Amino acid sequence: MTATTGSIGLTARPHPREAAFSIALLAAALVVLVTLGAILLILFQAGYQAFARYGIQFIWSGAWDPPRELYGALPAIIGTLSSSFLAILIAWPVGFGIAYFLTEYCPRPLRGPLGVAIELLAAIPSIVYGMWGFFVLAPFMASTVQPWLTETFAFLPPITNADESAGFYWFSAPAVGVGLLTASIVLAIMILPFIAAATRDVLLSTPTLLKDGGYAMGATRWETMTGIVIPAVRGSLFGAVLLGLGRALGETMAVTFVIGNANRVPDSFFAPAASIASVVANEFPDAEQGSIKLAVLFALGFLLFVVSFVVLAFARLLLRQGRMA
Amino acid sequence: MTTGGSTSATSSGPSGAEPGVRPALQPGRTARINRSKYLRRKSTDAIMGGLCTFAAVLGLVFLALILFTLLSKGLRGMSLDLFIHKTMTPGNHGGLANAIVGTLMQVAIGAVIGTPLGIAIGVWLAEIGRNGRLASIVRFVNDILLSAPSVLIGLFVYQVIVKPTGNFSALAGGIALALIAMPVIARTTEDIIRLVPDAYREGSVALGARPSTTILQVVLPAASGGILTGVLLAVARIAGETAPLIVTSLGNLNWNFDLMRATASLPMTIYRYASSPYKEWVDLGWAGALLITFGVLALNIASRVTMYYRARGRRA
Repeated sequence: MTATTGSIGLTARPHPREAAFSIALLAAALVVLVTLGAILLILFQAGYQAFARYGIQFIWSGAWDPPRELYGALPAIIGTLSSSFLAILIAWPVGFGIAYFLTEYCPRPLRGPLGVAIELLAAIPSIVYGMWGFFVLAPFMASTVQPWLTETFAFLPPITNADESAGFYWFSAPAVGVGLLTASIVLAIMILPFIAAATRDVLLSTPTLLKDGGYAMGATRWETMTGIVIPAVRGSLFGAVLLGLGRALGETMAVTFVIGNANRVPDSFFAPAASIASVVANEFPDAEQGSIKLAVLFALGFLLFVVSFVVLAFARLLLRQGRMA
Repeated sequence: MTTGGSTSATSSGPSGAEPGVRPALQPGRTARINRSKYLRRKSTDAIMGGLCTFAAVLGLVFLALILFTLLSKGLRGMSLDLFIHKTMTPGNHGGLANAIVGTLMQVAIGAVIGTPLGIAIGVWLAEIGRNGRLASIVRFVNDILLSAPSVLIGLFVYQVIVKPTGNFSALAGGIALALIAMPVIARTTEDIIRLVPDAYREGSVALGARPSTTILQVVLPAASGGILTGVLLAVARIAGETAPLIVTSLGNLNWNFDLMRATASLPMTIYRYASSPYKEWVDLGWAGALLITFGVLALNIASRVTMYYRARGRRA
């Protein structure tokens, strides 16, 4: 609605009250843009000291030695990316399964309540996931799942460098419960409802005509899904997964409880690790104002914001593309 | 599958074993082959359907497991003392009263700042910006803020408010929560306002109302129920936020009503207690987690129920 509709025939200029009204609303809308810009700017400015001191190597340095004031972002970056990707690997198939079930198989009267139940999983505060992961899942992982995994996958040859000083040992590690894999599982449960809900919306938005065409050709439900629906909405489905990834990257509390908080590059799926968000939550209380450590935390935060911005932007673009179609 | 059409394919299971699936290209040779292929296709469909059903059950199982753990561990520490006594050092029978009040304070600040801002943004997007270039940028950025890592919003508020004022404070915590609530409310407000029929606006304009009158007295009242739902969902979301409070309101073992000083909150207290070695604190932490989860879930369900009945009432 343009501002001139109310002043028919009297004057071309809007009433001053109308102008004030629309300017106030515009100002509110600009708050959104200003907030995003300010977050980026402030995080960078507060972390600048770290970037200036360590240079660009900060990003791939593995050092974490507070007494000597040596800091690198690599362990936290690797921890963030690996835990998030593992979580996606677990949550993607399950989330898709839930969405497929809800749109195709679920009896109609149950659809609403079941959908709500899955969405309630998303409403549970992340700290509760963290506590559950730490007190319930981690002991179970240590006593049952991890020993089984170690035994089953013992044949996997470790990947090491020439002098065997560093490497990746798959599932061969002490079963301590907390660590990379446990954090990924908790993250997967947390992002599951986001992926399931977004995927369901995408599947529901497919024109019924397409599906009817498939059925009319004699295709089964699964064939219609994989042969017709999925190719039609591939981009949006990927967007739904990226949305979950964006959530996982920045999740703090749940990860802090179960990832083990060891600031080094994990050498197995069971190894304690750290993510950018968990490092910030853990180390912030010890970082004095004006210290290089605080600047390092802000620099880490800036990196995380940039990465999640890119992921979320892609997710939204892909999802929006689907909505247009 | 018979040639009976799409209904039998969508609604029923194996619809008989008639082999005449589709016209065979080479009559006489293909009947048996088609039949085995048909069975394979059917079983693939059934297996995938079964797996997906299993996935849905798995999701429900996790929800049940978490709620069960919460109940069984949380009820142990639950008592009236929780709501009367403040947090104390282990061994002194403390409660969570100051944390509960602190959370209410900060959530109130978050809602009071975030709600008008969010609604204004939503109104601008739906009524003024519409499909313009600026509106699509604002919408896009709002969607990104919606899922931005909350701990980083906390760091931002730390740098902008805590550092200049020299104090961790309830105000800083509340502002961080407001920044998290704002995009949620903006998004739902826009979605709901777009559902208001254009006839309402046309009627209002036809009566000579100014645009602001149309928006404030016709469109917003028509959308008020849905907007309230959005606000409730946003409150539910920020009530359980922990990460931004670590760097803004910090926490406090004592009562504090000064907005400019460090203040306890339920999530922060739970975090500290749950990671402590004292059994008494861990039990209190679980009780707090039970409180906050059921509060949040109750808000969620209440908002959905009101939404459902309003939608039904409108249709009837």
